[in-house]
Amino acid sequence: MDYFLELFLGGLTRGSIYALIALGYTMVYGIIELINFAHGEIYMIGAFTGLIVISVLTLLGWNTVAIIVIASLVAMIYSAAYGFTIEKIAYKPLRGSQRLSALISAIGMSLFLQNYVLLAQTSNFLPFPNLVPDFKFMQPFENIVRSTEIVIYVITALVMVFLTFLIKFTRMGKAMRAVAQDRDMAMLVGVDVNRVISFTFIIGSSIAALGGVLVSSHIGQVNYYVGFIAGIKAFVAAVLGGIGSMPGAVLGSLVLGWTESFFTGYISSDYEDVFAFIFLVLILIFRPAGILGRSDTDKV
Amino acid sequence: MQKYFGKFFVWVAALALAGVFLYGCPQQEEEKAEATAPAATPAPAAAGPIKLGVAGAHSGDLASYGIPTVRAAQLVVKQRNAMNGVAGRQVEVLVEDDVCKPEVATNTATKLVTDEADVVVGHICSGATKAALGIYKESGIIAMSPSATNPALTQSGDYPNFYRTIASDDAQARLQVDFALDKLGLTKLAVLHDKGDYGKGLAEFAKGFLEADERAEVVLYEGITPGAVDYSAVVQKVKRSGAEAVIFGGYHPEASKIVTQMRKKGMDTIFISDDGVKDVTFIKVAGEFAEGVYATGPVDTSKNPMAIEAIEAHKQEFGEDPGAFYLNAFAATLALLNAIEKSGSTDFDAITQALRSEWVATPLGIIKFDERGDAIGVGFAVYQVQGGNFASIEL
Repeated sequence: MDYFLELFLGGLTRGSIYALIALGYTMVYGIIELINFAHGEIYMIGAFTGLIVISVLTLLGWNTVAIIVIASLVAMIYSAAYGFTIEKIAYKPLRGSQRLSALISAIGMSLFLQNYVLLAQTSNFLPFPNLVPDFKFMQPFENIVRSTEIVIYVITALVMVFLTFLIKFTRMGKAMRAVAQDRDMAMLVGVDVNRVISFTFIIGSSIAALGGVLVSSHIGQVNYYVGFIAGIKAFVAAVLGGIGSMPGAVLGSLVLGWTESFFTGYISSDYEDVFAFIFLVLILIFRPAGILGRSDTDKV
Repeated sequence: MQKYFGKFFVWVAALALAGVFLYGCPQQEEEKAEATAPAATPAPAAAGPIKLGVAGAHSGDLASYGIPTVRAAQLVVKQRNAMNGVAGRQVEVLVEDDVCKPEVATNTATKLVTDEADVVVGHICSGATKAALGIYKESGIIAMSPSATNPALTQSGDYPNFYRTIASDDAQARLQVDFALDKLGLTKLAVLHDKGDYGKGLAEFAKGFLEADERAEVVLYEGITPGAVDYSAVVQKVKRSGAEAVIFGGYHPEASKIVTQMRKKGMDTIFISDDGVKDVTFIKVAGEFAEGVYATGPVDTSKNPMAIEAIEAHKQEFGEDPGAFYLNAFAATLALLNAIEKSGSTDFDAITQALRSEWVATPLGIIKFDERGDAIGVGFAVYQVQGGNFASIEL
């Protein structure tokens, strides 16, 4: 039973890590139906920015909680700027053209950012300090679940609630839904489509950066390639849960995390990915729109 | 604003591409020139020079593995020729390219046999070496590779004319297992690998050696996915298996994640890994958790005066740091010429006898060869992370 619980929590952590990235993926897809492959790179840039800020503030001798809060904020702002710029440079000029063009542009952006960080920073793995303090009340459970993991669960849940609230109940959220449903019509009734899309990228990117800082702090290392692998898995999770849906992204991520964890724990880690993807295929056969996706037919 | 940005990026991209081409072209030409130059300048031939064949990949994708061997052979021969040659005769270098392909290597070997090579330094790749060895064997020519690590080349016993100055692939796994069983006295081990050629190859050897030894039991054998966000499930599995130690075949990014997660979960399981982990980055990334981790790696040659001298000679002659297997090739050439010098003949039996009995000082240390053809004194040592550094462990 202990073993089951450990695997369950391990899967929950992994799922929450995927979810922090998948939320941004799914949000951008929901609004402009673009798979933003550069999203994983934004996550990686967030982690790097966080690391730089942390190194500087540690030198100045700040308190660790202050450091992680400031580092996360700076990383979020910096990555949001990246997200905003990428949209303006790589996606907006292609908005009227085929969807495939924007997709290729996204892949190009992803490669560009990876190599930019590779050249501007380093190809080596860098150590990332663990800044989340060990909570007192967690001590009895320390061997099962760490404080950092608790923080990741809580932040993931908060982000999901925040995004759902933002989309369902705010004016900007209403505009986002309008753009998602019919961009031309939204424009006709006076919604500033460019602003809505930029806003979507800013929010999505800052969440990815937050994830980047937290996850790297949990794992303890970063390099220029971490975003790509995590990004692909998060994308799979978003599709699994029903791309475009916030709770779906989180559910899909958790399902993927648990699948991997239990499969590794009870069967074998050799075919961990194979099994995860077979599971994805099965779900998509029976629910083509994903677990929580709306299967609305395309308007002709 | 946006348009300017677009244009700017187009220019940056164009410049970047141009840069790649500018950088790429001259290098290739340089390599080609190097590959042909040695053949064009034969050493000044006195009466009946000793012919030293050098075979390997000197062009193509893997040229960077073969060229350093040519340079090493030329440097050693130049030094020896300046000091009255070997056994009173001058040495001539015959360079032949096999592009690392077995089907080309047979032609390369035939060419060297026709040119009456006395001994051969090469080949470079295991596959090409194997293809060429049969031809040398028929003609009674001894070949010594600086780089072919396939275990079967020496262990099969098919090639009594083959020697090498590099440890075979399984030597590392053998050392890890011996260390775990003899020195640490462990009985339950988990073997993990990263599913790559290198890591899985090592792990399979380690598993095989452990299973052949009745003192120990392999309680877990698993491949992990390289680059995964975390390894908590595998770490839990190791914990549940009750393994006293993990032998890991793979590289440092995964190793540091696994070690860190084990230690954070309060496990003090011993961690033994390979020279893919024996890297300062591992200590830097895993930090305090790296302490106590064991890793095997090549015996340190950086303080060997002959190695320093050999590298210095390369820098003077070619103006850059030597490439892959340079010291191994340097040692191979020295060992072959020494055997000819000591036996005073280029006869197969005489050289064989000398290689097996005469110790020779090389940049890799003082070596001779066992009856299978593997160098004694070349190989791996066990290191442990102590105080943020890899310290070598006495066996």
